[in-house]
Amino acid sequence: MDKPRFDAIVVGAGPAGSVAAYTMAKQGLRVALIERGEFPGAKNVFGGVLYRKPLEDIIPEFWKEAPLERRVVEQRLWVLGHDSVVGFSFRSARFQDPPNAWTGQRAKFDAWLAGKAEQAGATPIYETTVTSLIREGGRVVGVRTDREDGDLYAPVTVIADGVNSMLAKSLGVHREWRPDQVSLAVKEVLALPRGVIEERFGVRDGDGVTIELVGETFGMAGLGFLYTNQDTLSLGVGVMVSDLREKGVKPYQVLDHLKQHPEIRRLIEGAETKEYAAHLIPEGGFDAMPPLAGDGWMVCGDAAQMVNAAHREGTDLAMLSGRLAGETAVACHGTGDWTVGGLGAYTRAIRNSIIQRDLKKYRGLHGLLAGSQAETLFGQLPQALNDAVYEMLSVDGQSKQDKQKRAMALIREAAGGTAGLAGIGWRGWRAMNG
Amino acid sequence: MLHMVVCIKQVPDSREIRIDPKTNTLIRQGVPAIVNPYDLNGVEAALQIKDQFGGRVTVLTMGPPSADKALRQCVAMGADEGVLISDRAFAGADTLATSYVLAKSIEKAGRLWGQPAIVFCGKQTLDGDTGQVGPGIACRLDYEQLTYVEAIESVDPDRGEVVVRRHLEDGVERVRAPFPVLITVLAEMNKPRRASLPGLLHAQTYQPIVWSTADFEDLDRSKIGLRGSPTVVSKTWVPEPRQVDTEFLKGETGEVTSRLAQVLVERLQTVQGA
Amino acid sequence: MAEAKRKPAVGLQPEVDVDWSAYRGVMVVVEHRRDKVAKVSWQLLGESRRLADKLDAPLMAVVIGHEAEDIARQAIGYGAERVYLCDAPELADYRTRPYSRVCLHIIREVKPEIVLFGATYTGRDLAGAIATHLPTGLTADCTQLDVDDNRLLLASRPAFSEKMVATILCKQFKPQMATVRPGVFEALPYDPRRMGEIIRVESPLDRESIRTEVLEFVEAVNRVNLEDAEVIVAGGRGVGGRAGFDLLAKLADALGGQVGASRAAVDLGWISHDHQVGQTGTTVRPKIYIAAGISGAVQHVVGMQNAELIVSINKDPNAPIHRIAHYAIVDDLFEVVPALIEAVQAARPSARVPVV
Ligand SMILES: Cc1cc2nc3c(=O)[nH]c(=O)nc-3n(C[C@H](O)[C@H](O)[C@H](O)COP(=O)(O)OP(=O)(O)OC[C@H]3O[C@@H](n4cnc5c(N)ncnc54)[C@H](O)[C@@H]3O)c2cc1C
Ligand SMILES: Cc1cc2nc3c(=O)[nH]c(=O)nc-3n(C[C@H](O)[C@H](O)[C@H](O)COP(=O)(O)OP(=O)(O)OC[C@H]3O[C@@H](n4cnc5c(N)ncnc54)[C@H](O)[C@@H]3O)c2cc1C
Ligand SMILES: Nc1ncnc2c1ncn2[C@@H]1O[C@H](COP(=O)(O)O)[C@@H](O)[C@H]1O
Repeated sequence: MDKPRFDAIVVGAGPAGSVAAYTMAKQGLRVALIERGEFPGAKNVFGGVLYRKPLEDIIPEFWKEAPLERRVVEQRLWVLGHDSVVGFSFRSARFQDPPNAWTGQRAKFDAWLAGKAEQAGATPIYETTVTSLIREGGRVVGVRTDREDGDLYAPVTVIADGVNSMLAKSLGVHREWRPDQVSLAVKEVLALPRGVIEERFGVRDGDGVTIELVGETFGMAGLGFLYTNQDTLSLGVGVMVSDLREKGVKPYQVLDHLKQHPEIRRLIEGAETKEYAAHLIPEGGFDAMPPLAGDGWMVCGDAAQMVNAAHREGTDLAMLSGRLAGETAVACHGTGDWTVGGLGAYTRAIRNSIIQRDLKKYRGLHGLLAGSQAETLFGQLPQALNDAVYEMLSVDGQSKQDKQKRAMALIREAAGGTAGLAGIGWRGWRAMNG
Repeated sequence: MLHMVVCIKQVPDSREIRIDPKTNTLIRQGVPAIVNPYDLNGVEAALQIKDQFGGRVTVLTMGPPSADKALRQCVAMGADEGVLISDRAFAGADTLATSYVLAKSIEKAGRLWGQPAIVFCGKQTLDGDTGQVGPGIACRLDYEQLTYVEAIESVDPDRGEVVVRRHLEDGVERVRAPFPVLITVLAEMNKPRRASLPGLLHAQTYQPIVWSTADFEDLDRSKIGLRGSPTVVSKTWVPEPRQVDTEFLKGETGEVTSRLAQVLVERLQTVQGA
Repeated sequence: MAEAKRKPAVGLQPEVDVDWSAYRGVMVVVEHRRDKVAKVSWQLLGESRRLADKLDAPLMAVVIGHEAEDIARQAIGYGAERVYLCDAPELADYRTRPYSRVCLHIIREVKPEIVLFGATYTGRDLAGAIATHLPTGLTADCTQLDVDDNRLLLASRPAFSEKMVATILCKQFKPQMATVRPGVFEALPYDPRRMGEIIRVESPLDRESIRTEVLEFVEAVNRVNLEDAEVIVAGGRGVGGRAGFDLLAKLADALGGQVGASRAAVDLGWISHDHQVGQTGTTVRPKIYIAAGISGAVQHVVGMQNAELIVSINKDPNAPIHRIAHYAIVDDLFEVVPALIEAVQAARPSARVPVV
């Protein structure tokens, strides 16, 4: 039998892979979209926020058909103390139309997005795992799968197999991640009736709230989240793997601890756990990004460490990179140049996109989180802030000026003195702007 | 050539079906459709015989247009042809009407590709859950009927017979039957194969044959669909759990268990005394 | 309950005008192999007695086989008023074709309004063939039966993995047929003095037409027999593994019972499938059912809720199993079960010494 041949192979039907396949198929390329899950998204996890802009550029007005949960009209940041919370929130009706972001569930969203690629003409090859790349000389010419007679050939392979990218590792471009470059996220989906969710979060008609959680992670670098879906809540927490190892804490213990917090318990009371999942998030940022293209291959999305940890943007960067890879392949299909010379256009496109610019901007953040500051930033300071606010708001016969002093002192002390506080502030500012 | 037919059905994955607590109705939305698991064992059984003796495997399903996906899954495994028997007039069929249409279709398939020596059905479906369609087909076609088969011991295409092991409550029965024969298969029989990559790719573009009522010359319209079904569902409800006055036994483990032991032993004595 | 207005007839209509009024009585097809009768047959006679009384109609049984006269007599002892016995050498083994021909012959002659079979492998095999031949409607795997004022059989069966129950009617044809799940109904106490009539039926078969041959029957030895167990000690995922089941086996021994299991435990490979109780396992009605480390999912509960006494041991106070238990213990089974074994042995010194 003839060897099955395509114009392009995409490995992984996550947001990066599906968009790459969609982009190429739409331009008439014969694309194979390979996914190991039972269906795209079957085992994929994310917290749940999807921004409008990146996908709108690819599929206009996608929200009219995509399976999304709720429009995010309010974003909260909660700094947790043991039994209290200091919250900041922003809510605006302007987020309703057009929406800025939605909450979503990967199982539905990924399946839909891959469906778009199929409709555009991509050939879905699911429940199939790519076991290795087929190389001739230095070039990647196809993939080997775990099915019988499972080799598949194409002049270009788009590697979009996610954070643990086995294929990028096999090329030697993606080093084994270091425990301080990834965080482990655990997440539960908690079922609650729609009405109860809307009442507890003060929203209606498909509007939703996101809450980011800082603190109460046993002093480890990590962030929690609580998002509203239609009739479920997504509650999770991601913690740096290096910290988990050092403290000997299991990730679900962190999640259980958050669930016990009185303010969170109030919001999730009576909910039934529907799903439980764990997943890695690449946090290495700019410095961990591998080479992006070579002879016959490109790498996209999480496989290329394209996650902006500070803003929890991963899906949109994945989709953007998938699009740029797809566009590059379409151009190369025209010229027939599938070498690193031709595909290098993808690297340049990423460099000129917001992916690289954003990741570069936050380049120092990773060092800050992974450093010894974690204990201070995620442990002492959140508690101190709560104590300080408690102090400020308690009416106990003390003068306001004394209270303010005591509050500041609490925070300073937690940060290790004035110099410590200034240092953290400076490094934080550098991390995001340097 | 040895022609074999497998009857398959696309069913909602019943594990995913939930009941709406307010309306007491089924929530079917978003429930994935799968090939009835036992039917895949039937496909595998036919393919194994084909691997050994050659031949041809035709997969039949009566269902909505979307059931073509189920046929493609079987073609990916290695079935030669898939036939979708689809028409609004077939909808609402109970097992009597279903077996009528399937029997007519098997006859038609026989005229096109040779009379099937073996027809395979699953033990039962997840949704209909009757196991009656197989016997219904055998009866209408006047085939020998071997149900609840856990293993096919031997097939002899020259003599035209099979020896199978039928699973029964209290043992296993070895039975020999001549062709043509209808076999309903248990999950124990085999493990359905994964499609090869070329098989999967072939199935992607494969278009099943579709037969509507117009494609049958001799179909009795009064015997199909809702009209052809003698049974009607008069009502459905969600069963109330049995009401029991539960006594929670509390206290020291030792006390609790000796009290319970007393109750149990008394019960047993009354049983034995009775 | 009478239906005030009959809906216009839907569904299959008889080809000619038939007078169904000649069809009377409830008929149970008795299943047996090697002189052993499937218990469900007697359970069906028990339930059918109630239906026949409600219909004021005779209760009949069909016995097919070779040298099966004794079984016909037993059927009377379990409540049948009339037994149609077809006894012939070629009927020694069950085979679909000859058995269905005999049944059809009897049904056409006797004209019962209801015919019931056990929902066993054999019962389903036979009923499916007969219903198609007649033709008539057949409802599978019923768990509740009743009749209404219009003499309609209300055959109710679980649907969608036991999440719902559906009542199914067959309005235009007689007999109305159903297969019935074993273990759901109770047999009448056997009474050898009960009177009844045995009517012999000539085999309508010519031997040449029997082409299927039963080569051998291999009886499953040591197959667990939950249906007959008076005591079942069942374990689920909470039992934690094979070792946990060994513990339950000790309790079962102390009580002279058998070990059952939930599907979760079976799926995990801790114990074989023949121990499984529930929708896809066995339906049981023992005197005592002890559920340890079982949550009480509907699919499990439908298989054991008819036990006379249910004891639940589960450390989760909200586990649904407690709601259907007569005695509930909210505690760790690894604390409770060993103590219970001791307590039972103490309370029952004469208990059988477990066979090792
Ligand atoms: C807990 C958590 C919360 C997050 N929250 C957000 C958020 O709120 N917003 C946001 O934008 N981002 C969020 N992210 C990040 C985001 O999920 C990822 O950045 C994004 O999904 C990356 O997409 P991808 O296509 O590169 O990889 P993936 O989504 O990981 O897709 C890779 C696909 O490849 C398949 N695959 C892997 N190996 C093989 C193989 N050998 N053969 C075949 N198939 C293979 C996998 O099954 C998978 O479907 C979060 C991540 C986590 C873990
Ligand atoms: C189509 C279909 C058919 C099915 N058929 C069947 C069937 O025939 N039979 C069947 O059983 N199931 C069946 N099921 C599966 C059923 O839905 C449940 O999944 C199953 O019964 C759960 O088994 P479990 O109670 O052992 O496990 P779980 O639900 O996991 O419960 C374990 C319980 O053990 C308790 N526990 C744990 N440790 C301890 C301890 N140390 N001491 C005390 N308690 C402890 C826990 O609190 C928990 O309640 C079927 C499902 C489907 C979809
Ligand atoms: N609509 C259908 N199309 C094809 N085969 C069917 C259909 N319904 C039932 N069958 C076959 O009959 C078997 C028993 O089905 P059931 O009687 O519904 O339990 C199934 O396993 C299938 O092999």
